Amino acid sequence: MTENIKAYELAKHQREISISEFFLKNRHLLGFDNPTRALMMVVKEAVDNSLDACTEINVLPEIKIELKQINENRFIVIVEDNGPGIVKQQIPNIFGKLLYGSKFHTLKQSRGQQGIGISAAVLYSQLTTGKSTKIYSRISPKKPSHYFELQIDTKKNEPKILEDKEVNWNKENGTKIEIEIEGRYLKGKQSVDEYVKQTAIVNPHATFIYLTPEKEKFVYERVTEELPHEAKEIKPHPYGIELGQLMKMLQETRANTLQGFLQTDFSRIGQQTAEEICNKSKLRTDEKPKKLDDKQSEVLFKVLQETKIMAPPSDCLSPIKAELLEKGLMKEIKADFYATTTRSPAVYRGMPFIIEVGIAYGGELEKESQVRVMRLANRVPLLYQQGACAITEAVSETSWKSYGLQQSGNNLPVGPALILLHISSVWVPFTSEAKEAIAHYDEIIKEMKLALQECGRKLSIYIHKHIKAAEQLEKIGLFEKYIPELANALSDLTGYKKEILQEKLQNLLKKELPNLEAENGTEK
Amino acid sequence: MAQKNKTGDDLKELGNKVIKDIEKNKNPSIEVPIRALSNVIFNQKTKTLELGNKKSIRHFFNVAHAKKFLQTVEIASISKNLLGEGKHASLRDVFYMAKRTISGTNVNLVDEQSESDDIIEDLELITGNSREQLNINANKNGSVVGRVTIEDSDDTIRWDKLGSGGWSIPSNVENIKLKKVDAKYIIYMEKAAVWERLNEDKFWDKQNCILLSSQGQTTRGIRRLLQRMYEEFKLPIYVLCDYDAYGFYIYSVLKYGSINLAHASEHMAIPSIKYLGITSSDIEKYDLKKHFIKLKDHDLARLKQIAEYEWFKNNKAWQKEIKMMKQYGSKAEIQALSSKGISFISNTYLPEKIKNKDFLE
Repeated sequence: MTENIKAYELAKHQREISISEFFLKNRHLLGFDNPTRALMMVVKEAVDNSLDACTEINVLPEIKIELKQINENRFIVIVEDNGPGIVKQQIPNIFGKLLYGSKFHTLKQSRGQQGIGISAAVLYSQLTTGKSTKIYSRISPKKPSHYFELQIDTKKNEPKILEDKEVNWNKENGTKIEIEIEGRYLKGKQSVDEYVKQTAIVNPHATFIYLTPEKEKFVYERVTEELPHEAKEIKPHPYGIELGQLMKMLQETRANTLQGFLQTDFSRIGQQTAEEICNKSKLRTDEKPKKLDDKQSEVLFKVLQETKIMAPPSDCLSPIKAELLEKGLMKEIKADFYATTTRSPAVYRGMPFIIEVGIAYGGELEKESQVRVMRLANRVPLLYQQGACAITEAVSETSWKSYGLQQSGNNLPVGPALILLHISSVWVPFTSEAKEAIAHYDEIIKEMKLALQECGRKLSIYIHKHIKAAEQLEKIGLFEKYIPELANALSDLTGYKKEILQEKLQNLLKKELPNLEAENGTEK
Repeated sequence: MAQKNKTGDDLKELGNKVIKDIEKNKNPSIEVPIRALSNVIFNQKTKTLELGNKKSIRHFFNVAHAKKFLQTVEIASISKNLLGEGKHASLRDVFYMAKRTISGTNVNLVDEQSESDDIIEDLELITGNSREQLNINANKNGSVVGRVTIEDSDDTIRWDKLGSGGWSIPSNVENIKLKKVDAKYIIYMEKAAVWERLNEDKFWDKQNCILLSSQGQTTRGIRRLLQRMYEEFKLPIYVLCDYDAYGFYIYSVLKYGSINLAHASEHMAIPSIKYLGITSSDIEKYDLKKHFIKLKDHDLARLKQIAEYEWFKNNKAWQKEIKMMKQYGSKAEIQALSSKGISFISNTYLPEKIKNKDFLE
């Protein structure tokens, strides 16, 4: 009896933890663990949303980012876009409720995935400053602009509306958000400046106007009018699901027959394959999906994994594309040589993905230090946790010596180079919710290495040619210095006039120059 | 004087050929006979090495040749000046006379003496004059003792009256007159320390022979002196070397000529020379195994090269020596004999070997 009473006691303290409360205590999981990083995260979440929104309505993004410093460790982050705006009813939910969004339930390449980002920023603002987040939004010049001031009710994970009114806003459509937070502004590799710069490189179709707290203004103009083609939503591929997920899909499907379920709820299963799967599972094609018991589901799951099914379609992916990536690099990185590669789509656990690599070499890049590695996923820069990331592993384990860079062991190479690696996928496997490092899947690392090697080969051709050409020039220069020496010695030996010899040798040098180059095998 | 003029003309001729090319607006070139194993012929009749006819052409306007081309002309001009002034320079002197940084560059005309030494050997072949005729001498190296009287620059010298140091052999022995020789044979040894031991023991006096040594490589002066003593007095010559590939090669050079100076074999090779020791039978007989030194990779590589030389290839006795050394995997120094007593070499080893005619050929 006493045990029972204790259990009742315990039950009094047991209650649901809201996601907002969870975040409150575990903000590091979302990347808000220190003031410097938090500032970057807030900018990032807002900009991600803006870019995704513009992509959805096929508009060339123009995004303004402003950081206003209130005092030493307090900032207002303002991000404004020319996107589609948000309908009035949805504004509180999008900004004031964690895990609310259109992205989590679909398989489609987008910057955010979980619908956690921007509301986490709102929550962080509330937590560190007690202030509300201000949102302006307009969906059409014909409609009024809406203004909200929001907070989050952390117990209920519900938006708390403090202000809701129509305002005059001089913008045809778009969204603007103002978030006041505690943060710290620093320059360097993990700064907002770097985030904006990298974002501009991999979004060459977007214009960014960025005002730093020090009132510096950076304008990153778009270099192409070509919009990234809109990523299509795809159905799950049988190889990428787990048993529990399959059972859930069986319960939730609208299809009345098992065959219909397989054909409509998965990608790459046609009539023939569906029949084959039913046969192999010893299930009737017209079986009701909801009627499958656990054992049957398990058999079906196994058969799905064993049946030969085409790789998922890749039109759900929207890579940057090699030539645009090169343009992006060229506008932001001053180098002598650029090489870019876009690989063909590949698959990990039923999820299609594409790896792209860009290398910049020479120019203003620092000569004697480790190369700069830019890691990006679905066009979002990853600035933290470089050491834990599969991209870093792939770069380190590629043998750069043969491509003309220095490298000791499996370390990052050394030389005047920048290596950018971008992964596009409907579902990028991050190591944590902070989305800063890519998980180490063999299939992904293999593709990364192949892409790096492809670019490496182009780099190696350039370096070897370039160095050879420089040596060549130096050697030709040497002949001019050798000539007086030879003239002297010959004159000494024979009594012939030195000046005449020198002049004749100079003329000969001009004649022999093309042969000199040919001798070294330099291409012409 | 006539020779000096001829050598000077030969050098000038080299320069004139180059100028002719320049006047014809041709890439200036110099023909240089190749001094390498690929261009060395073993003359079965004379049993000496000869240089073949292969030539390489050195061009000025060629990235790979330019510096050597310049060095060749420069050193030819240095030699011509020496001849003109009637002075001799050492190899080292010539290196310093040529060494300088070419103005406006960070390139030195010569970086190391081996480069200028190499060019001097080329010049011998290009002009057909020996180094001595070019008025360039090597460092003197080597000592000799024995009952011999010579005349050198108007001085009369007795080799048996020079105490513990003996007579030091100059690099050029052409002008030395061998007046009187009282000896039954000559022993040449590669180690100066062994020579000193034998001299202290008055081995030459007791055995009535001549003892001659260098330190390491046998210089041209020593080879010339040995050849002259052989040719003028018909003295047998025995070679005493370490039991290793390099010792074998010293013997090979004395007997057949060297690959590098194959063009000069005629004046230096002594086909009748005999190898006295150390041999593998000495190793067994005198129980020298405990003083073995393990062969290194470079020893084995050298041994392999030597085994394949045409003049060793069909020589059963030498092939056996080489095979034994490989089997031992070891080499031994002459001084290993000292383990039997400091004067074992002079009291026992050499007298026994010579009495029994225990030689290798």
